[in-house]
Amino acid sequence: MSDTAPTFAESVHTPSRVSTGEVYGLMAEFIEPDHVVRAARRAYRAGFRKMDGYSPLPVVGLAEAIGFKKNRVATIVLLGGVTGACSGMFMQWFASTVHYPLIIAGRPYASWPSFVPITFELGILFAAFSAVFGMLALNGLPRLYHPVFNAPGFDLASQDRFFLCIEATDPKFHLTQTREFLESLGARTVSVVEH
Amino acid sequence: MAQVVSTHGHSHEGNGHSHSEILGGHQSYTTVTDTISDVVLKRPLGKAWLFGFAIAFALLMMFLFAITNLLVRGIGIWGVNIPVGWGFDIVNFVWWIGIGHAGTLISAILLLLKQDWRTSINRFAEAMTLFAVACAGLYPLMHMGRPWLFYWLAPMPNTMALWPQFRSPLVFDVFAVSTYATVSLLFWYVGLIPDLATLRDRATNPIVKKLYAIPALGWRGSAIHWHRYRTAYLLLAGIATPLVVSVHTIVALDFTTGIIPGWHTTVFPPYFVAGAIFSGFAMVATLAIPLRSYFGLKDYITDKHLDNMAKVMLVTGLIVTYGYMIEGFMAWYGANTYERYQMLVDRPFGAYKHDWWLLILCNCVMTQLLWFKSIRNNVILLWLISIVINVGMWLERYVIVVLSLHSDFLPSSWGMYHGTVWDYMTFYGSIGLFMTLMFLFVRVLPAISIAEMRELVHELHERDEAKTHATPPAARTV
Repeated sequence: MSDTAPTFAESVHTPSRVSTGEVYGLMAEFIEPDHVVRAARRAYRAGFRKMDGYSPLPVVGLAEAIGFKKNRVATIVLLGGVTGACSGMFMQWFASTVHYPLIIAGRPYASWPSFVPITFELGILFAAFSAVFGMLALNGLPRLYHPVFNAPGFDLASQDRFFLCIEATDPKFHLTQTREFLESLGARTVSVVEH
Repeated sequence: MAQVVSTHGHSHEGNGHSHSEILGGHQSYTTVTDTISDVVLKRPLGKAWLFGFAIAFALLMMFLFAITNLLVRGIGIWGVNIPVGWGFDIVNFVWWIGIGHAGTLISAILLLLKQDWRTSINRFAEAMTLFAVACAGLYPLMHMGRPWLFYWLAPMPNTMALWPQFRSPLVFDVFAVSTYATVSLLFWYVGLIPDLATLRDRATNPIVKKLYAIPALGWRGSAIHWHRYRTAYLLLAGIATPLVVSVHTIVALDFTTGIIPGWHTTVFPPYFVAGAIFSGFAMVATLAIPLRSYFGLKDYITDKHLDNMAKVMLVTGLIVTYGYMIEGFMAWYGANTYERYQMLVDRPFGAYKHDWWLLILCNCVMTQLLWFKSIRNNVILLWLISIVINVGMWLERYVIVVLSLHSDFLPSSWGMYHGTVWDYMTFYGSIGLFMTLMFLFVRVLPAISIAEMRELVHELHERDEAKTHATPPAARTV
């Protein structure tokens, strides 16, 4: 489709991009989401650990197939929400009883039921920030440059193709053997990804 | 190159809901990607778009003029005075924020309920939320008279050692609306990240490519990233759901904590929330119908979508009607002279009776047309009804705000209120702001979530596969 068009990495980083010849990994391309999941499972069984799948849509089971287990986003959101709610309640209590005590409608200074709405809103606000920034931080984003963008045809990873990349840092990685292994998994193409 | 995933076209198979109704034609990952992103990247500026944008922009300039005059001369240019101290500004605030709520409902609540028909309308419904909240937020600021002191609303120990009055719903509102605006923005942006990456990879112009690359944050579709992304998105939906209910509840509390007859009623929070969804879905229909025909997106926003939206409008319209009935009933049953006069005499037969009857006509009577399938499936009629509902919901807020204030307890403090030309210019001007943002949005960002449409294609494909493989064992051995 756009084999002639420059990839994102090329267009953004052409001036500074000096091919060091160092290999980041081997990128296998698949047409169907099921194929990439099957390939990832077999690569995991073959002992590969340093790998990642790339897809234009969240493929169910792909992260699990490459051995990803710890998704800490939910914990971060919970902590964020609790922090927000506690600070909301504390702020109102502090302002109404310590810093600026004022009798309103004959209520006690620490009239906590009327503090509930703002406590709730701040809990939500902090939880939302934690969800977004926690997810981005765990994912290491923003990161405009990444070696995988050098893989030929990788711009299709955001359109209609599915990729599996076995990284060179994996102890079992071997340029020719791993390439043959990936080809045996039914990859459409296998290409070397340079740094 | 393109693998075609059949979604069994328009064939309706036996009983149950045929899911092809929500995605027309033969769609694949490639076709959804191309069709939706081409609207942004390849389609030239059309005459109709330019014409619409010109009108919206002219209205926006009128808005700017009205606000400038307001800042120079003060809110005396508006019709508000004692006894009616809340006029168009609060009416418009509640109207806009209500419209915004449908966006969150579609993107968050329908996601949690696994309603896959939401997929093609959630993106622009969320954009609608953002722009509507932006319009809504301007009104209380302008109504302050000295908007440059807006930061006094923020909880900070300032030089006068003052704090906001945390027991007041008006302060709840500051927190609720600003949280709502922030969470809506985050939700919308997170949803956009994979699509921005698609646009980055498809754009051929190097400058355009960079402009999409930066907000795409270097998204590369990693399986691990997607895993965390899905969790974050789902949790955002989960927290946006109680948030949207809380926001309009707090807006309702602004009124109900006052002792004004016509405001001081417990039915307000639930019927405000229903009214918000009612008007919001009407606005989504008002926008979706021209959008899908102009950009050729009828395979994505299908008649089934419009039918479902009409059904939501019907249900919420009935809840709103029930709210009006309960208001009247409680006024009669509660035996409060002032409330009884307000609800049962002044509204239907008083000085503003035309507004009240028009409101009943728009919200209660016209909505009943949606019972009929033939009317729900008539696009033009549905579009007109959705506009009627928008008008009706504006009138509802007008009736609540103005009529309750204009005749409260003592006849000596009764008075009439009418919007001045500046009130109208500000109101229509804010529609200009909303429309301008909408017009720009559909040109520069994908109006339908591409990544989620791919997911929908995938799911429909899997369902098809499951159907074909679900042959009885006996048949397989033969």
